[in-house]
Amino acid sequence: MRLFVESVGLLGPGLTGWTSSRQVLTGAVPYAPAEVVLAAPEALPQAERRRTGKPVRLALFAGMEALAASSRQPEALATVFTSSAPDGQVIHEICTTLAGTDRQVSPTRFHNSVHNAPAGYWSIALRSQAASTSLCCFDSSFAAGLLEAGAQCLMQKEAVLLVSYDVPYPEPLLSARPTVGVLGAALLLSVEASPAAFASIDLRLQTDVPTSSRMQDAGLEALRAGNPTGRGLPLLQTLAEPSNALVVIEYLNGTALCVEVRPC
Amino acid sequence: MTPLAVTSLTLTSSLGTGLRPHVDALLNLRSGLTPCNFETAQLDTWVGQIPDEQLAPVRGRLASFDCRNNRLAQLGLTGDGFGEAVAGARARYGARRIGVILGTSTSGILQTEIAYRFRDPATGALPSDFNYAGTQNTFSLGAFVQAQLGLEGPASVVSTACSSSAKAFGAGARMIAAGLCDAAIVGGVDSLCLTTLYGFSSLELLSREPCRPFDAERSGISIGEGAGFALLEPASANNPKGAIQLLGVGESSDGYHMSSPHPEGAGARLAMERALTAAGLAPGDIDYINLHGTGTRSNDSAEEKAVFSVFGGSTPCSSTKGMTGHLLGAAGIAEAIICALALDEQFMPGSANTRALDPGLRIRYLRDTVRQPPLHVVSNSFGFGGSNCTLVLGRTQ
Repeated sequence: MRLFVESVGLLGPGLTGWTSSRQVLTGAVPYAPAEVVLAAPEALPQAERRRTGKPVRLALFAGMEALAASSRQPEALATVFTSSAPDGQVIHEICTTLAGTDRQVSPTRFHNSVHNAPAGYWSIALRSQAASTSLCCFDSSFAAGLLEAGAQCLMQKEAVLLVSYDVPYPEPLLSARPTVGVLGAALLLSVEASPAAFASIDLRLQTDVPTSSRMQDAGLEALRAGNPTGRGLPLLQTLAEPSNALVVIEYLNGTALCVEVRPC
Repeated sequence: MTPLAVTSLTLTSSLGTGLRPHVDALLNLRSGLTPCNFETAQLDTWVGQIPDEQLAPVRGRLASFDCRNNRLAQLGLTGDGFGEAVAGARARYGARRIGVILGTSTSGILQTEIAYRFRDPATGALPSDFNYAGTQNTFSLGAFVQAQLGLEGPASVVSTACSSSAKAFGAGARMIAAGLCDAAIVGGVDSLCLTTLYGFSSLELLSREPCRPFDAERSGISIGEGAGFALLEPASANNPKGAIQLLGVGESSDGYHMSSPHPEGAGARLAMERALTAAGLAPGDIDYINLHGTGTRSNDSAEEKAVFSVFGGSTPCSSTKGMTGHLLGAAGIAEAIICALALDEQFMPGSANTRALDPGLRIRYLRDTVRQPPLHVVSNSFGFGGSNCTLVLGRTQ
C-alpha cells in the first residue's frame, strides 16, 4: 500500500523535536543522548494536565509536533496510537497497592492504567471526536501501528496520525522487561500526494528479507534495538533527508515490514 | 465498507463454553452472575466468573504463556469447531495470509499482581519464573492465539478498554481491505483480575447486586470474564442463505473525560452514525440494538440519549450484561456474537435483572426476549478514554 508522509514528530534522548533532530539522524551532527524532558501538555485543561504520566506527555508531544507542522484540522484527524505497554509507573503503583493490606486503588491511577490513556487525553486536548485506536504488538508495535494507520488511510480515504511511544517500566518490572530510553515518534500520513506531502512510502510484508535496517551511530542503534518505538528510527532517518531507499523493519514470525521511501 | 462473511464463531463466558449455552441463556434470561468469590478479592459485588477448574493450565511448547487470560483463550478456542474452521481457512489461504486482531483491556495482569506479593524482601525483585512477555504484556493474547492456531500472518492487539474487541472487527476488516491478509480472526479475551475489580470499586461503579441495566434502581456494573472469536472472510456467492455478515463499523472519540461518558452521548451517536454510513443503511433498517448498557447511572443515561437521537423510540434494544456481566475488553466480541445468534436463531434478547425500567427511557427497551427475526442489528461498545465503536451485522436474504 502506498501512503504519503506530510509531517513528523519526534522526542527521545538527544532527539528534541523532529526539526532539530533531522541532522542528528542523518549523521551531519553527532548524536548526544540527553535526558528527555517531558512537559505537561499545555493543550489539556489544568485538572487533566496534572494527572498525566510520562507516556501521555511523550505521545502528546510527538503527535502535537507532527500536527503543528501540518495544515490538517486537528479535531478531525483520525489517530492510531501504538506502544508495547501501558503506563508502567501506574501499573507498578497499582500492583504494589494490590499486594499490600489496604487495596484502595486511586481512581485516577485506574483510569490512567488503560493502554489507550494517551488516546483519551489526546482527544480531550483537541476536543476530537475522530476515530482513534490504540494497539500493542510487543516489540513490533511500531510496525503494527504503521500497518494499521496505512490500512485506515486507504480504507477511509482520510489522513491518519500515527503516534508510537515507549517508556521503560520502573523496577522491578524493568528487569523482567528490559527496554531503554523514552522515545516517541509520530507520522502524519495521507492517501493522496497533497501539497504538504514530502515523501511517499510503500508498505509490504515480506518473508525472505535477511536483515533489518540499522542505525550507524552506536547510541542510536542501541535505541533502535532496545526500545520498540526505536524500530522506526531507520524510517525516520530516511525521512530526515528523503531519497529512494528501502527500509526493513523486523515484524512478526520471521516477516519483515518493507518500506520503500521516495521523495516527492 | 465491503461486507465480510462471519464464517465461524465461538463464545465462552460464565454462561458456558460455546454458542449453545448462550442461546439457551438469552432465550430464558438466565444470568451467569454470582457473588464475588474471586481469588483474594474482598468486595461486595457480583461477577460473571468461569470456574477455576475449567481453566486448564497452558502446557507444553506454549507453557510460557500460562496465565488466567491465556487459559481462558485456550478454553475459548475449543468451542463450536472454531479450531477446525481456522484449520480449513489455513489450508485455503495459508498461515501467513490470516490475520489475528484481538482485543483485551488487562491481558495477563493478574500474573503480575500475584508476582508482586512474592517480591524478594532484600532486592524487591519479582520471582524468577515471572514471564512478562507471555503473560502481562497486552500482546501476549495475540501471540498466544497465533501460536495456538498455527498462524503466522499480521497480528496486533487492540487495547481501548471496553471497546477493544469491537474495534478489533474494524482493524481486521481494514487489514483484509488493504490486502495484508485474506481472512482474519477477530475477537477478544478479558479475565477477572484485582486491578479491574478494585479499580472499578474505587470509582464506585461496582454494583452490590447483579447489574440491572436501564433499571430505575441500577447501581453499577458486574464484571465478567470471557473469550470470543470470529473468523472474517470476504463474502462470496457460495455463502449459504442466512449467512451472517459484518456490514459496518463506526468508531469515534468522546474528547470529553477519561472515565465518564459524554453526558449527551455525543461520541456514541457519532459511532452509530458512522457505522450506519459504512453499512449503507438507514436507522429504520435496523431491527435490534445490543446496547453497551453497563448498568451505571451515567453510561445508560448517555447511551439512551444517543440511541434516541439516532434511532428514535421504536427500534427494539437491550443490554445483555445482566446475563454475562461486563466483559470489558471482551464485551465487544461477546455482544457481536450475541447479535449474530439473534440473527441466526431469530430472536431479540431481553435484559436479565432489569425489573422496573428507568421512567426516563424513551427508547424501546426489551425486558423480555422476543421471538422475532431481525435482519440487521447494531452492537454498541464504549470505553474509558472516550473510545466508542458500533458494529452493524446482518443476515443475507
